[in-house]
Amino acid sequence: MNYTEIMIRYGELSTKGKNRRSFIDRLHGNVAKVLQNFPQLRIHPKRDRMHINLNGADAQDVMKRLQVVFGIQNYSPSIRIAKDLEEIKKTALQMVQEQYQEGKTFKISTKRADHDFIYDTNQINLAVGDYVSDHLPEIKAEMRHPDIKIQIEIRFDGAYLSSQTYQGAGGLPVGTAGKAGLMLSGGIDSPVAGYLAMKRGVEVEMIHFYSPPYTSEHALQKAQDLTVKLAKYAGHIQFIQVPFTEIQETIKQQVPEGYLMTVQRRFMLRLTDLITKKRGGLAIFNGESVGQVASQTLESMAAINDVTNTPIIRPVATMDKTEIIKIAEEIDTFDLSIKPFEDCCTIFAPTRPKTKPTIAKAREYESQLDVDGLIEHALSGIKVMNITPFDHFLEQENQEIESLL
Amino acid sequence: MIYFDNSATTLIEPTVLKTYQKVSQDFFGNPSSLHHLGDQAQQILNSARQQIAQIINCQTDEIYFTSGGSEGDNWVIKGTALEKRQFGNHIITTNVEHPAVSNAVHQLEKLGFEVTYVPVDKSGHINPQDVQAAIRPETILVSIMAVNNEVGAIQPIKSVAKILQDYPNIHFHVDAVQTVGKDLAAQIQDPRIDFMTFSGHKFHGPRGVGFIYAKNGRRIAPLINGGGQEDNRRSGTENTPAIVAMARALRLATQDQVAQAKLQNHLRQMLYQHLQNLDNAVVFSQLDTSFAPHILCFALRGVRGETIVHAFEQEDIYISTTSACSSRKGVEPITLAAMHVPDQLATSAVRVSLDANNTISEMQQFIKALDKIYQHFQVLN
Repeated sequence: MNYTEIMIRYGELSTKGKNRRSFIDRLHGNVAKVLQNFPQLRIHPKRDRMHINLNGADAQDVMKRLQVVFGIQNYSPSIRIAKDLEEIKKTALQMVQEQYQEGKTFKISTKRADHDFIYDTNQINLAVGDYVSDHLPEIKAEMRHPDIKIQIEIRFDGAYLSSQTYQGAGGLPVGTAGKAGLMLSGGIDSPVAGYLAMKRGVEVEMIHFYSPPYTSEHALQKAQDLTVKLAKYAGHIQFIQVPFTEIQETIKQQVPEGYLMTVQRRFMLRLTDLITKKRGGLAIFNGESVGQVASQTLESMAAINDVTNTPIIRPVATMDKTEIIKIAEEIDTFDLSIKPFEDCCTIFAPTRPKTKPTIAKAREYESQLDVDGLIEHALSGIKVMNITPFDHFLEQENQEIESLL
Repeated sequence: MIYFDNSATTLIEPTVLKTYQKVSQDFFGNPSSLHHLGDQAQQILNSARQQIAQIINCQTDEIYFTSGGSEGDNWVIKGTALEKRQFGNHIITTNVEHPAVSNAVHQLEKLGFEVTYVPVDKSGHINPQDVQAAIRPETILVSIMAVNNEVGAIQPIKSVAKILQDYPNIHFHVDAVQTVGKDLAAQIQDPRIDFMTFSGHKFHGPRGVGFIYAKNGRRIAPLINGGGQEDNRRSGTENTPAIVAMARALRLATQDQVAQAKLQNHLRQMLYQHLQNLDNAVVFSQLDTSFAPHILCFALRGVRGETIVHAFEQEDIYISTTSACSSRKGVEPITLAAMHVPDQLATSAVRVSLDANNTISEMQQFIKALDKIYQHFQVLN
């Protein structure tokens, strides 16, 4: 079938009242971003639906890109033909034949935007249905649960026929819920948290702590590659790399072993908070899961959370590890996440961290440090980088190796 | 130029050479170094090993890199001798092996090891029963080549493997240097084989690199000690560019091997059938499946082999007397002597060895040149 357009149905957008216009605009922008390699496309965002005029582009290729755009409930490839009943009949039959197998039922369903068209919807349904039945005598019509449903829309510029509907990614268009910082380590959980944040329309910026020479270039590249995997949902993502070596070394020297981790996390959160606020973010996302490790007990969370009153959202807080892994596999971050490079969380991990730190103790140990000076110094060394779905970091090398072998 | 001397060596494949050059420059780090350059080199080395293991159909940690076929043969033979000395001092091999095997066992003989040389019949094949008969309680190694490099006879490796199933302590080594890309795996590979030797330059890879397959659990003493590379078994900084280039060459040589072996066999048939028409030509290789598809050994009565080689050279065609290794030394062909071919005839023998690059039209030109040379020497005789 030579499809001429793809029709997109919006998800929760339809319920968003006055914000509708801005939601549609944002979705339009996000769709345009994932389709930027198809210059021939024309995208028409309408109140109820978005139409993508293919202009010769391959429908399958375009639909593959649409799969990752949040805010799309579903989409159908359709074909535009002249508003001529004979032509409509022939095309409808062709569509039925493409999917028909013995025993399958069908339905023709017509909508008319152009009420001047000489036939009304019932006449069209009947005429086309009869035509299909004449050519496929064994096929049965079924109004309630047809196996094959041909939708015909008579618009002003032509007749549009479609028969297949694909599920979209759901959720809300990325960016409609505002901006937030995501603490991205390189493990399994934080990319999943980022994915779930984006699914609810949040524009996330990655904040990654980097501790050379304790962590290698590979650990950084791994975090960047994870960002590449997530960038396809947003078009592009800002990756902010924060130098953390000096802070870790200072803490190691001055804080008792049991509180190393708690104080470290408090610094990370402070830095994330400051960076996020400065960049117009409204909340912080992270991959903490209650009770998973020492730093993620409720006591730890409270002791760490103490440094800010910015909302901290933990999308995987109540998930089991297996549930998190399932999502990580679906979004293709799992294999990368389990690559064994030291990250900033593992390298200074105390052998016996406190699982029940107190806020008072954490504050007390910290009071001996030049908190503001350390923070300011770290902030002066951050690097921001724009990452797109087409970038490669760690994998660049793999690809080169593959091409040589 | 027509190059029909592919059992001696092959022309390096252009993209393999490119890989060699690129790896030399972009992955020059020592794979043992801890820094990024070392990581990179280690990574590409691992990938090469993985690719080779996949093609050979074994585990990645069963592949060890060497400097080529001679080192592989020497290592397995002497390494077995060193490793298993306390269990016995007897080795079984054939009397048609490549000098890398036969001279390695000669050296061991001088050190007190005992060697049984299994004979071949007049077609160049050993009889597996002779191997069975030669086995003693103190036998530690059986080493048999898969494809004879002079006449192309495929030895009955699987039958020997079957016999050796009853002697699980004996190392079974197969010199497989002449087998790559000839669609012979099904005929040769057997789970009872413990070691196999391969050489890169026989399949369009670079010189100075090869690998052995060493079955997990089978130990041979290292011959080259040092920094502990190759799992402590073969020291020396890894020859990364050559290894990666060889892995590529192996992939290229094996990916279409069924069709390519068929074509080579067809070319060999063309020549074989033509030689049947020449009264004074004697063919030592046969067309049946007990011979490799790419080697044909024949003689023109009364003309020395080297004379024929030079006569073809004048036509820009390159072949060899039986094996490149013995040809310059003027020694008589080992395999033909073992097949009891009379000396007079054996010194007249030449070898044509084909490859995936050769074409039907090249063989037609070769046959034309052969007729001319044949006529010329008929008149002189």
